[in-house]
Amino acid sequence: MAAGTPLLKVENAGIRFGGLKAVSGVNLELRQGELAGLIGPNGAGKTTFFNLLTGVYVPTEGSISLVGEKLNGLAPYKITKKGISRTFQNIRLFSDMTVLDNVKVAYHSLARHSILSSIFRLPSHFKGEMEMEEKAIEFLKIFKLDHVLHEKAKNLPYGQQRRLEIARALAAKPKLLLLDEPAAGMNPQETEDLMNLIALIREKFELTILLIEHDMNLVMGVCERIYVLDHGQLIAEGTPEQIRNNPKVIEAYLGEEVS
Amino acid sequence: MNVLKQAKGFWFTIVLAAIFFVVMQFLINGEFLNPFYVNTLYTIGINIILAVSLHLVIGITGQFSIGHAGFLAVGAYVSAIITMKLGLPFPVALLAGGVVAAIAGIIIGIPTLRLRGDYLAIATLGFGEIMRILFLNIEYVGGASGMTVSHLITWPWLFGCVLATIIVIVNFTNSTHGRACISIRENEIAADAMGINTTYYKVMAFVIGAFFAGVAGGLHAHNFYIIQPTNFSFLKSFDILILVVLGGLGSMSGSVIAAVLLTIITAFLANYPELRMVIYSLVLIVVMLFRPQGLMGTKEITAFLKMSKAAKGGAQDGSRHTVA
Repeated sequence: MAAGTPLLKVENAGIRFGGLKAVSGVNLELRQGELAGLIGPNGAGKTTFFNLLTGVYVPTEGSISLVGEKLNGLAPYKITKKGISRTFQNIRLFSDMTVLDNVKVAYHSLARHSILSSIFRLPSHFKGEMEMEEKAIEFLKIFKLDHVLHEKAKNLPYGQQRRLEIARALAAKPKLLLLDEPAAGMNPQETEDLMNLIALIREKFELTILLIEHDMNLVMGVCERIYVLDHGQLIAEGTPEQIRNNPKVIEAYLGEEVS
Repeated sequence: MNVLKQAKGFWFTIVLAAIFFVVMQFLINGEFLNPFYVNTLYTIGINIILAVSLHLVIGITGQFSIGHAGFLAVGAYVSAIITMKLGLPFPVALLAGGVVAAIAGIIIGIPTLRLRGDYLAIATLGFGEIMRILFLNIEYVGGASGMTVSHLITWPWLFGCVLATIIVIVNFTNSTHGRACISIRENEIAADAMGINTTYYKVMAFVIGAFFAGVAGGLHAHNFYIIQPTNFSFLKSFDILILVVLGGLGSMSGSVIAAVLLTIITAFLANYPELRMVIYSLVLIVVMLFRPQGLMGTKEITAFLKMSKAAKGGAQDGSRHTVA
């Protein structure tokens, strides 16, 4: 493992809901630029773990830090500003807003014009809004969504909605991108496109990515390192090859060989 | 869509508004309109302010608040105290009514806006009732018998307030701040995850809405000669809510159109007191049956103008204003 502070450091983190330990004692470190996968059977606590990282839940034990800065207890929007951004398992776009506006919302925290300057239409409002619009259009070109700028998000085909959600998450300028089952519901062709897209954005934005996925081809294909979660605890960690042959993992997945 | 076009549309609207203002001023000054019509006109204006201010809270930010009459009451009483007890001029009273209502909005908004959906509705309903009971029990403002207020409302002040409300709310909506509010309506969890301070924007929309409801209260008080706590019961809150829902949640021009239509219908039904509520209810039922999304849906009136202009062009986005 490389020297220096890791980008994300999770120490002994966990959360309990009443008597139920949904996640406990998770230790995890992500290096700058790494692409890691998080897998596990249904109900293992993968999404709950994402919710801990993004502040939707406050961990009841352990600590989470990003580039050495503690994130425990911060509101979700503050964590986003610190540099963790995510997509959702079930798409959560602003469905009645246009594609362009969806991305502009993610740029909101970079806006410098105040409410008053918008209400009185001061020059700073126009400058800020123009900048935002230009940036958003440029940005959507990377995702090949610039031909549907003024389409409402809910009218996009499924694959494009997924792409828009990733675009929106990236527009918030994250250091760490969390993808929650990005390939869910996609056909093999779309999954392939998605894999290429993930590789592309990772290079272009110098991102660190952690993704949850059930599609083993995708996980084994793109991830450098894989964490396996079962019953709220990490049961294995390693390269795809190691994970494939790990007896604990095979057991967790009902004794079936993952290949 | 682009800034220049927006500015053009803005000035066009301002010119139209100015013409309308001058024509009405001429009609009122020349006494071509009988007092009944003038009074209806004032009521329409007040209802527009109320509908548009609630539209910001419910239609844009998606926070189902049904205590708007509470802010109306605060504005009405505060402004009445300013003119009647302190003898200060009418504009000061309007401003003070708005400011105090906005402060009430902050105090109520911060705790209640943590609630969602039904719970928020009940909490805001409670706030409205508390305000009514509060004024009922303050002797200084006349208790149950109410407070007499001079008729100080004039067409220029009314028109100015309506215009200011619309401009402020349209400008707010069509900015990054308005988009932040809409994103909360669309999906609060995602908005939060995109770095939007959801509490801040919910409270902000609530406070701006409360401010204008307070101004409307000031106009209301100085139009009706007397204000009583019973004017501000939850039924009044529902009247305002109906305007917003009937116009179409998310459409400001819808709120305005509904305010105009329903005020006119109510005014003319005053001649048939026994059938008034029956016909009024029927109108609501029929509209909701045939247009459950409200008169305008989520579209703005400018979208229709654009559509007819660009009939041959591609799909137009309907949910944008070009007013400013």
